[in-house]
Amino acid sequence: MSKDNGVKKVFWESGLEIDTVYDRESVEKSGGVGSIGKPGEFPFTRGIHPQMYRKRPWTMRQYSGFGTAAETHERFLYLIANGQTGLNVAFDLPTQCGLDSDDPMATGEVGRVGMAIDTLEDVEEAFADIPLNDITVSLTINGAAVPIMAMYFAMARKRGYDLRELRGTAQNDILKEFIGRGTWIFPVEHSVKLVGDTIEFCAQNAPKYSATSVCGYHIRESGANPAQEMAFALAIAMAYIDHVKARGLSVDDFAGTLSFNFNIHGNIWEQVAKFRAGRRLYAMLLKERHGVANDRAMMMRMIAGGGGGGLTIQQPENNIIRGAYYALISALGGTQTMALCSYDEAYTIPSAHAAKISLRTMQILMDEAGLTDTVDPLAGSFFMETMTNEMEKEMRKIIDRLDAEGGIVKGIETGRIQSMVNRQAYELERRIQSGDFKKVGVNEYIDEEEKTEIEFHPYREQEAKDQIARLKAVREKRDDAKADAATKALRNAAMNGKNVMPFALDAAEVLVTVGEMTKALVDVYGRYNEPVVF
Amino acid sequence: MVRVLIAKPGLDGHDVGAKVVCRALIDAGMEVIYTGLRKTPEEIARIASDEDVDVVGLSVLSGAHISLAENVMAEFRKNGIDDVMLIVGGNIPSKDYAALEKIGVAKVFGTSANLDEIAEFIKTNRGNSSR
Repeated sequence: MSKDNGVKKVFWESGLEIDTVYDRESVEKSGGVGSIGKPGEFPFTRGIHPQMYRKRPWTMRQYSGFGTAAETHERFLYLIANGQTGLNVAFDLPTQCGLDSDDPMATGEVGRVGMAIDTLEDVEEAFADIPLNDITVSLTINGAAVPIMAMYFAMARKRGYDLRELRGTAQNDILKEFIGRGTWIFPVEHSVKLVGDTIEFCAQNAPKYSATSVCGYHIRESGANPAQEMAFALAIAMAYIDHVKARGLSVDDFAGTLSFNFNIHGNIWEQVAKFRAGRRLYAMLLKERHGVANDRAMMMRMIAGGGGGGLTIQQPENNIIRGAYYALISALGGTQTMALCSYDEAYTIPSAHAAKISLRTMQILMDEAGLTDTVDPLAGSFFMETMTNEMEKEMRKIIDRLDAEGGIVKGIETGRIQSMVNRQAYELERRIQSGDFKKVGVNEYIDEEEKTEIEFHPYREQEAKDQIARLKAVREKRDDAKADAATKALRNAAMNGKNVMPFALDAAEVLVTVGEMTKALVDVYGRYNEPVVF
Repeated sequence: MVRVLIAKPGLDGHDVGAKVVCRALIDAGMEVIYTGLRKTPEEIARIASDEDVDVVGLSVLSGAHISLAENVMAEFRKNGIDDVMLIVGGNIPSKDYAALEKIGVAKVFGTSANLDEIAEFIKTNRGNSSR
């Protein structure tokens, strides 16, 4: 950082320059506080509920899943026994890519980075005896969202839940998968169509279920700054909304099934301003662009968590401290759900011990530190209100530029967005390596003698074999005629442009596999052809 | 000019590091080809051969690095590719470095590897390429 008269110049990652002192005049110059509103009221700058954490503290939902459904079920029970109030499910890569465990491409990957799911029976085992409306479940599934959501709904229905009352979330944000994370399957256009099917299905059949959780998170991990993270997520949400609206649904009726997922690493104030500005801008865009009047449809409900990109492989115990600050950001930002990357997560799937430390971090914040005392505690701060206004302006600029360039979907199809974000990732990595962007333990305060004792999560080949055996057993015992008919009906629905969700649910019930359902859809839509850009 | 293929084997979708390394190698004056995601060892060997590269860099963050590197080496042997240097990057536990080197991997670069050192290593070991 350069210095002017001995005073350090400060810029946020989003590019905004920070003054040494803020006062009443700064707030007025940036646009004033006229648009902050009251908590629980349009435009929701201060939060989406009038009483926020006084009435309902944030849900704690650590990302977890590995091996088989049985093994993951055990970890779920451990987390719940330790006070976790929701589940955030990690699937293995074959499941996420729509492959069965016995697919040749799945070799060596079954159960490795998440839980392996092939059929409804696996889903039933994973969530056995877990009360689905008390411990709400978030499914981290995108490319294969249709089969997995169908299996989840089929499981809930089989257990006697009324879908109209079922709560929970599917990540199901395919557009961001093309920018970062990479579990796409179908071409962009058809992928958006499938997200549209799930939103429409939920709006009509499971209105309390969050059909998609639009993720700024992974776009930030891929190199976007915080203002871009929020702006791109809003643009993606608008793309889904435009798509579903074009089917003749009212935005007032379905926008409430959308939720969001954001990242929390970086500068504390910048992230909090990002959340306050983003919440406001989302509500305003819905009003401006779609004339939405229904409050629930304009509320940005969110999980704000993770922070993986901020954690370091060096001196991993420092990540416990970073996690505590990230959790603070999340609470000050007014999140509904919180999750933290665990301190060992730069190395491995978190150990039970590391996951517990993350959970305790959030619990200490909730029960000891007073973060639930009052709503939006930073409101009215000269600094925070000024920067909330400035971040909102910055986000609007980015969205306007995207619109002028043909929209986010086109930007993703051509690979332009991916390329831009990656250029920034490269520039940031260079700044870290040169020491210009400081990271403790990485480019300063380096511990040469460092010895870390991280317990690596074991990968057991036997579990993959067990999973494949289980899949074969299900294929043998199921009624093949019914499974074939349901698969054919799913393919026909896709061919005829119908909503595929009801057909996927039927298929799930007669034990059609994730791979078979995906293949039926690939037969119709084809596969995504990745523009190889960097 | 040194020709490098950066490849993503397996199903892992974490490609930020791979693309950052692509940019760093280009800035260091090399020709770089990137495969994109989800390539099989067969595909990687075929591209390496078709593009006549000097170096293949595998990027793996899923934990499946040993079996993937083994399979890529097996494909190299099957196709008579014996003049290509294989390097591996990603979140590779240090305990696995020796196993990878035994397979024939020339060098492993962890998640916070210095970009200039990666370029330097390639230049030192393949910089005299006559191509």
